[in-house]
This record gives sequence, C-alpha cells and structure tokens, in this order.
Amino acid sequence: MNQSNNTFEQSMARLEQIVRAMERGDVALEESLKLFQEGTELVRSCQKLLDEAQLQVKKIMTAPDGSPVEEDFQDEP
Amino acid sequence: MAQTILSITQLNEYIRGRMDADPVLTQVAVRGEISNYKLYPSGHHYFTLKDEGSALKCVLFKGNALRLRFRPENGMKIIAMGRVSVFPRDGAYQLYCTALALDGVGDLYAAFEQLKKKLAAQGLFDPAHKKPLPKFPGTIGIITSSAGAAVHDMLRILRKRYPLSRVRLLPVRVQGAEAPGEIAAAIAYANRYHLADLLIVGRGGGSIEDLWAFNDERVAYAIYESQIPVISAVGHEPDVTISDFVADLRAATPSNAAELAVPDQDALRQNLDAMSSAMATVLGRQLKSARQHLDVLAQSPALRSPTGYLEQREKSLELLKNRLVSAQNASITRKNQRYIAAVSKLDAMSPLKVLTRGYSMAQTERGEVLRSVRQVELGERIHIALGDGKLSATVMEKKEEGK
Repeated sequence: MNQSNNTFEQSMARLEQIVRAMERGDVALEESLKLFQEGTELVRSCQKLLDEAQLQVKKIMTAPDGSPVEEDFQDEP
Repeated sequence: MAQTILSITQLNEYIRGRMDADPVLTQVAVRGEISNYKLYPSGHHYFTLKDEGSALKCVLFKGNALRLRFRPENGMKIIAMGRVSVFPRDGAYQLYCTALALDGVGDLYAAFEQLKKKLAAQGLFDPAHKKPLPKFPGTIGIITSSAGAAVHDMLRILRKRYPLSRVRLLPVRVQGAEAPGEIAAAIAYANRYHLADLLIVGRGGGSIEDLWAFNDERVAYAIYESQIPVISAVGHEPDVTISDFVADLRAATPSNAAELAVPDQDALRQNLDAMSSAMATVLGRQLKSARQHLDVLAQSPALRSPTGYLEQREKSLELLKNRLVSAQNASITRKNQRYIAAVSKLDAMSPLKVLTRGYSMAQTERGEVLRSVRQVELGERIHIALGDGKLSATVMEKKEEGK
C-alpha cells in the first residue's frame, strides 16, 4: 500500500465531487461555505503531498522460499 | 593378406571418430529444403534436408530447439548449422543441428508474422481483453534490465512527473535465449505476489535480434494472462513487437511508457489551481447574490424607517377608527329617527290625546271606565277625565238609549 498515493487519489476524487456539486448551483450558501472550506484544505494537502513526494525505487529479489524481497536500488549518481 | 576383422560397432565408432575430428564436419552450415519433418513428444525435431539431387538426415534436439524463432514446416528453405556425425546404431550419418535459420531475407520477419497470426487467432490481441490503466498507480513494476539506459530514463521521468508513485524493479535479461523465459516469469511473479498496480515491460533500442525476446510467445502469453495492466515499451518508435500487440497499452519507447504510466504533477497542480478558483468563483457568485438579496430587503420600508412605517400604520388605523365611528353615528341617528316616528304614532293613538280633541272619559270610583249606564247608580260619584284635568260629579239621572 502506498498511503500517500491513496490519500492523493481519494483527495482528488473528493475535490472533483466538491467542485461539481458547487458548480451545479443547487447548494445552499451555508453548505457551499463548508464545501469551500473542505475543498481548500484538500487542495492544500494535495499540493503538500506533491511537494514532499520522493520517488521510492526498490529492486525485487527472491528469497530462498520464493517470496519477494525489496532491496534498495540506486539509480541516481 | 593379413586383415583385421572389425565388428560393425568398431567400424562405426571408427568412422565417427574420423568425422568428429574433421574441422569441416564439426561446424557446417548447409542449405536445403525441409521434408519428412517430425516433432517427437520428447521435444526433438527430426527431418530431412534435400536439394535437387541429394538428401541429408537431420536432428535438432530439444535443448537447441528452444532457441528456434520459427516453427519448421515441410517445404521451408532453411540453413541448418551443426555438425555431421554418425549414429552408430543405424550406421548412418546425420546433421546434428544447433540452429536453424530461414533461408534468405525475412527469416525473423516470417517468424514474426507466423506468431502474430497464431496469437491473433487465439484472441491475444483482442481489444476487449485490454485492461484500463490506473489513473494514480501507487506502485509501478518495471520489468527490464537493471543495467541498461532504459531503466534510468524511466525512473528519471517517473521522478519528475509523479514522485508519489513507488517503483519496484524486477531485473531480467532482455536479450538472448534466456530472456523470454525470465521476462515471462517476472510478469507471472509480479502477479502472484501483487507487486504492482501497473507493469512496464520493455527495453531500450537495439537490433531486431536484440528485441527478439519480446516477440516470444511465452512473453505474449504472460502479458495476456497478467491481472496487472501491462505497458509494453520496446526499442524505438518504429519497432513493433508481439508484446506491443498483447499489452494493454503500447508505448513507443521506455521513456514514453513512463509518461503514459503516471499523471504529470505540473498538470495536477494546474488542475488543483483550477479547482481552487472554480470553488472561489462559485462561492463568490453565491455571496454576491446573497448580498444583493440582502440589499433588496434593506430597501424595504419596514427596515429602512421602522418608526415611519409605524406612523403610517397608525394613520391608517386612525382612519379606520373614524370610519367606524361615523358609521356607528349614522346608524344611531337612523335608529333615533325611527324611534321618534314610532313614538309620535303611539302618541297620536293615546287616549289622553283623544281627550284633548273634546272627548272625555268617565270612571267609577273604583276606577272602571264607564262604557254603560248600567255600571252606575243614581247618586253615585264618578270621575271624569278631560284633556286638561279631572272633574268629580254625582249621577243625577240615567237614561238608557233605545228604551
């Protein structure tokens, strides 16, 4: 499981939902304010996830029992 | 003549020894057409190579047959490489093939077309079988050589575009006889242990022979059977392999595969900004219209001047009150007039009024009104009421009318 990727994916999906709901225009002002607040927080957290992300690279090797083992893989000089 | 008599076995072994020592026969390439082709369950191939005048028995053992890039068929013109030796049991010599190649140009092309046709018929390229790629792949499995430039190109692009992903590299050989088996096994392994959400299978550019592993049916079947979506990324743009046809998506190059595999964070950030401003726009519009509504309400008299409004209401209340009072007075006057009329009517009929007109009323001393002479005796006192007073009198005479 890649938690930050999952969070990002779910946040993006929720954001799209919020924008669609707000743009449909049938949301009361009070609800709109709440959605705006939630959406703005999601945008900020998504940007933060991207800012802080660092591609993790592992090499898969096989243990004696056949199961996979992760090893570090250096590709950058 | 003293002759040595040999057994057949000895003779055949002698001939074999001679042949096996011959530099020409131990490494020969011979051109011919295949006939009597037989594939045994053991995996060994037996056939005869012939030209217009001669024939040569050939065998291709299983170990070498694994490297075949095409399926031999009768009538095929080929070049067979190997050594000529004796099969002592039959006393026959034959060509022990190490490799077969289709004669002339198009050897690999023919094999490619052959396999493509076969796999297409089996439905391996069916678009309906192709799986959609995840929009945000959490883990990307890369099946390629850990040494080549391809893996570094891919990692550079993935790092730049979408560093939220994780990469798992499954190192394999990407050329040579072992490559197809390793690639196919890596795909199956990634599936068995759910190592990734998306697989990129490929290698950098090279000669058509270098890329040949990706035209192997084992690789094709492994891609087809993969539950994890596969992007095929072999060689340069014009190179097309069987893997490209079977994969869920074909990338022109490994770098292109990395681009297709993940979203671009620049685009994502733009999208986030766009959603941000879309939300702000909607909310701004909503606030503006709410403010306008508020303004309209504020313009209403009730809110603009509450006392004025009350005064106005008071005035109209006053007006209503006056109307009520005058209506009531009118009604009273009407009733008064009717009362006076009724009273005067009543007055006209009063006995007192009759008396003023010259009539009088006589009463006994007991107060009975006299209507008959018989009501009184002579000498009895009576009272007579006139319009302006009363008289007392004594009855002096009685006379009955009509008597």
